[in-house]
Amino acid sequence: MSPAYYVFLAVILFVIGGVGVLVRRNAIVIFMCVELMLNACNLAFVAFARMHGNLDGQVVAFFVMVVAAAEVVVGLAILMAIYRARKSASVDDANLLKY
Amino acid sequence: MSHASHLLAAGGGGTNLDSIYVQVLYWILAIFAVGAAIAMVCVRRAVHCAVMLAIVMLALAVMYAMQGAPFLAFVQVIVYTGAVLMLFLFVLMLIGVSSADSLVETIRGQRLWAGIAGIFLAVLLILGIGHAAIGSANPATAANGAGNLTGIATLIFTTYVFPFEVTSALLITAALAAMVLAHRERTAPKPTQRELARRRVTSGHVAPEPPPGVYATHDAVDMPALLPDGSTTDRSVSPAIAQRDIELGREPIRSVTADLAAEARIEAARQVEEAAAGGAPGKGRAPGKDER
Repeated sequence: MSPAYYVFLAVILFVIGGVGVLVRRNAIVIFMCVELMLNACNLAFVAFARMHGNLDGQVVAFFVMVVAAAEVVVGLAILMAIYRARKSASVDDANLLKY
Repeated sequence: MSHASHLLAAGGGGTNLDSIYVQVLYWILAIFAVGAAIAMVCVRRAVHCAVMLAIVMLALAVMYAMQGAPFLAFVQVIVYTGAVLMLFLFVLMLIGVSSADSLVETIRGQRLWAGIAGIFLAVLLILGIGHAAIGSANPATAANGAGNLTGIATLIFTTYVFPFEVTSALLITAALAAMVLAHRERTAPKPTQRELARRRVTSGHVAPEPPPGVYATHDAVDMPALLPDGSTTDRSVSPAIAQRDIELGREPIRSVTADLAAEARIEAARQVEEAAAGGAPGKGRAPGKDER
């Protein structure tokens, strides 16, 4: 199986995640879509690592996972703080800086 | 089992061996992953989104294993599907499972334009990657020779040792940030036991809340209790359960009245029966006075 197959699958997943970020309103679901995009990047990294026959791509994917975990922790904590203040997780309701 | 080992040997070594198993598994997983990803974007409830995301992540974990990255496959299952997704579910439970997205578009045509932008992005990326020369898989070099885990460990602790140390600082910062953000400052002093007792006496409800009602045909925690004067009280029902009843379109109060009517009917029927039985000894529940 050529690595190109995996790269194209990663592209499709990345685009679906991006559309999800644009379309959805619930902040948690937006976070999940961001996670999907990060996972797609990881798949591409692993495919490229196999293409080059070394492990650097896998190490980068590992770092992406660590950073994604940190991002999720902080993001969800911010989300909970916002939810406590305004009783809503919808990104439409956080519009104090809009006007 | 032998198929699985064959598959791992074919794809796991990172070789260019084109096994039919690898191809079939790739297409099955790809269809699963893309389908679940699309469902994740379309499904309204956040919990269903999380389940779909779990399917995508597990499919990707198998794909990592197929591509000679068993370490990443396990990390994907343990860290992503196990920890990150559970964190998502925790926050979902805290915020409210029933929080579904509103279908009202705040920006007109947002979905249409998001879809168009997605198609453009896909075309752009696919054209770019199509023009790039993605070679076939190289057989594993000496870096992979001692095994995947050893190779990754060697890289992390030699070439990438500085990013690795920075990562630890990042994780500690993230943990501290989460603690600070999730911490709620106490604005009022904690009430003492004496204050709690005083509050309870002044509220007028010294006794514990009434237990849920038990009726002729209904017996559940969402049934309001029956007070001595024959009226019902909703103070015996937890607000969460009452909210659920409203969501499910149930009306416990109506079933209580129906129940009371049924109880009255049963009682009337029993009295009629008793009267018909007359003074038969030992028949009625309460023996007549003339029997003594």
